[in-house]
Amino acid sequence: MSIEVDSVRKQFGSFVALDEVSLTVADGRLTALLGPSGGGKSTLLRIIGGLEQPDAGSVRINGHDATRVPPQRRNVGFVFQHYAAFKHLTVYRNVAFGLEIRKRPKAEIRERVHELLALVHLEQFADRLPEQLSGGQRQRMALARALAVEPSVLLLDEPFGALDAQVRKELRDWLRRLHDEVHVTTIFVTHDQEEALEVADELVVINAGRIEQVGTPADVYDKPASDFVMSFLGPVTRFEGRLVRPHDLEIFTVDTPDTVSAEIVGLQRIGFEVRVTLSAGAEQSWAQITRGQSEALGLTAGSRVWVRAPR
Amino acid sequence: MGSRRPGRLISRFIALIYVAVLVLVPLIVITWKTVRPGPSAFWSAISSEQAVTAFRLTAEIALAAVALNTVFGVGLALLIARYRFPGRRLLSALADLPISVSPIVVGLALVLVYGPVDGWFGKGLHDAGIDIIFAVPGMILATTFVSLPLILRELVPVLLEAGTEQEQAARVLGANARQRFVRITVPIIRPALMYGIVLSLARSIGEFGAVLVVSGNVSGAGQTQTVPLLVSERVQQLEPGSYQLAFLLIMVTVLAIVLVSLRRERSGSREPGPNEGALDDLTGGGVAPAVPAQPAGVAPSDSHTIALDKDGPR
Amino acid sequence: MSTVVEPAPAASPARTRAARNADGAARLGRGSGLGLGIGVLWLSMLVLIPLAAVVARGFTGGWSGFWDNITDPAALRALRLTVVSSLLVAAINAVMGTLLAWVLVRDSFPGRRLVDLIIDIPFALPTIVAGLVLLAVYGTNSPVGITLLGTQRAIVLGLLFVTLPFVVRSVQPVLQALDTEAEQAAACLGAPPRTIFRRIVLPLLLPSIASGATLAFARAMGEYGSVLLISGGLSRTRVSSMFAYQKIENYDFASAAATATVLLVISLLVIIGLDLIQRAAARRG
Repeated sequence: MSIEVDSVRKQFGSFVALDEVSLTVADGRLTALLGPSGGGKSTLLRIIGGLEQPDAGSVRINGHDATRVPPQRRNVGFVFQHYAAFKHLTVYRNVAFGLEIRKRPKAEIRERVHELLALVHLEQFADRLPEQLSGGQRQRMALARALAVEPSVLLLDEPFGALDAQVRKELRDWLRRLHDEVHVTTIFVTHDQEEALEVADELVVINAGRIEQVGTPADVYDKPASDFVMSFLGPVTRFEGRLVRPHDLEIFTVDTPDTVSAEIVGLQRIGFEVRVTLSAGAEQSWAQITRGQSEALGLTAGSRVWVRAPR
Repeated sequence: MGSRRPGRLISRFIALIYVAVLVLVPLIVITWKTVRPGPSAFWSAISSEQAVTAFRLTAEIALAAVALNTVFGVGLALLIARYRFPGRRLLSALADLPISVSPIVVGLALVLVYGPVDGWFGKGLHDAGIDIIFAVPGMILATTFVSLPLILRELVPVLLEAGTEQEQAARVLGANARQRFVRITVPIIRPALMYGIVLSLARSIGEFGAVLVVSGNVSGAGQTQTVPLLVSERVQQLEPGSYQLAFLLIMVTVLAIVLVSLRRERSGSREPGPNEGALDDLTGGGVAPAVPAQPAGVAPSDSHTIALDKDGPR
Repeated sequence: MSTVVEPAPAASPARTRAARNADGAARLGRGSGLGLGIGVLWLSMLVLIPLAAVVARGFTGGWSGFWDNITDPAALRALRLTVVSSLLVAAINAVMGTLLAWVLVRDSFPGRRLVDLIIDIPFALPTIVAGLVLLAVYGTNSPVGITLLGTQRAIVLGLLFVTLPFVVRSVQPVLQALDTEAEQAAACLGAPPRTIFRRIVLPLLLPSIASGATLAFARAMGEYGSVLLISGGLSRTRVSSMFAYQKIENYDFASAAATATVLLVISLLVIIGLDLIQRAAARRG
């Protein structure tokens, strides 16, 4: 189930959320929409899901124009940041909801719900109410609920944003494995670049209503299309007037070809890494090296070193 | 979020028609009937001696009732919200009871206890020369009764929400009880108190049934005739001037509502977003119909008792 | 487990146990105890004792006297009219009030805030003024050509007028605080708007609708001023409060008190009912 977004524009009052955004999501991939808050990624997701209408442009799902089709008929699964659980229904009834709407026979519903509850490891909670579940469990229920109706696309809006760091990591891995098993075209929105880099097959970086770059995690990280993408995806520092990754800076204690001379202004140990703050003329940069490297070079604050940036 | 276009319009239409027929049309008719006889009729209706006496009496009674309810309302609210004692819930329910009692029953109840002929206390008081029923004190009591819960119920949730931390902080800084009350507690409850006072005042000015019973309805003499009673007399005796008085009372009511809704808007945004329900939880309560309603009934403390049931060393 | 018996810590003076709980709720001290005493006295003198006097007076003839009074045909007729009208009004309010709350919260149109204000007016009006307003429109010289003077329909209309905001105001905050994402989720799962309302929204509104309807019922049961004028003084449109007033005017306090006691019992049941609703709702959370 491929998705084509073509020149979509969306405005809220005078605020332009999406500005001529076009995107193609290939079938069966796990795609991340990554970007800062307010950048338009949730809006884009909701437009794809039919929860918002674009002011201009179109959305095609599997070749059919779905722009004005209500969410009821798009057959998309949507998972919300705050779970959107049906508070008054048990976990079982929550997951069964979509199937009940489609008037499937009871026996079929029962089988499918139990299958899904097993998939998300919530079988023993079938008769509980959502409020009796933890955040992570509620989100797994929400996923099971969305998958119950066999959607052609699964959309997740910052699905782990409301969860603790630990639970977030676990669910992140779990989502990846789930996708590998189930193979539904999946798009998820996140502002956490680590999450996107870890989970997605493809990254779409969105900022201020525009797509900055589309590519695999490696592409986007190693060959960022703009300064923004580079800064957003990982740590950056300014060196010789351009942005580089701090861990790409090499430090030498003797003059070496292709280096610039700098003074060590600060030396900070953070865990097993060492942050070396350097001053070269008017510019200040920082390099990231391991503790081992720092000790091997015998770096001290105030000493003079030579720094090389990658080409 | 896309609700069906026509469905939304139909709902809006039905709702507006209902309100228009039920409320707007009658108000328009009354305004017309007030205005039609002309300004001189209006003036004579509200400036007659009887009317002026009624205004004065109504104001006197209403202010007295509101004053009593403010004092006791604040006191009881503090007790209910800040302390634990056996029978607290019962007390709260008792203070809430007046809302559900018919005004005629209120009047009857007061007559049975304070009436001069064979009232439980009234007989003795009458013999001692103190008249309550068929006199102004009785009317004040009746009015106080019916508006008793209005202030109290606005204060309790606010007090529960605010907790006692600020007072405790003040205490540590050296403030005594009176200073704590004046400088800390009063500012906390002031908005809710104002709200409650306006509601209470409007209610007290307008009370009819209970005051009717308790006043003995001595017409013409004016000693025990409030504005609502005068309106009733004029209508039932087919005298002119009832609409004009009624119109005045309507204006007072509308003014009170506007004031109260301005306050409500200032202290917590009521505007829902374009497509979504408000993200703010105004009342702090989920399904319990707690704070803002004038009509709400039950002991407000109940939904909050959970918080007060925690026991623990600190 | 140590076998050494530790001496008990020095008994803390009773005063320190009067310290506040974690959340600030305190035990009564001397000042607050006095305050409570005064408050209880006040409520007793104003509310408790007078209401007790009503019940006492209603039973002056014992159970048989009480029973005779309330089974008096006129009393029964009044009670039936009152209960039926109040139930009807509560039911109508449950529906229309919810609709109104929905339109006020979820819809937006010019004048919405005005409508919001207007809804409070009938409740806040002096009841006799509400009665006059009704008479002006539906009395003998009706400017809209509809005369309902002396009909039971008029009673219901009057009661609807004064109970207008009850359900609206109790549903509104709940509706406003609702997480619309659940409704969006239901939409994505294929539920049409009506189903979404019925299966996702309404269950969450039921407690507040029930509360509001119960309050409307209670108000309607005891209402006097707003239905007095439009009833036209006929016996077929005499509600219980009017019946009781008539008895008072005739100095038949026992009969008035008997009817009043019935009304009080109903009020009490209403309060208990409301409490139960609130507790059930809080449990569901």
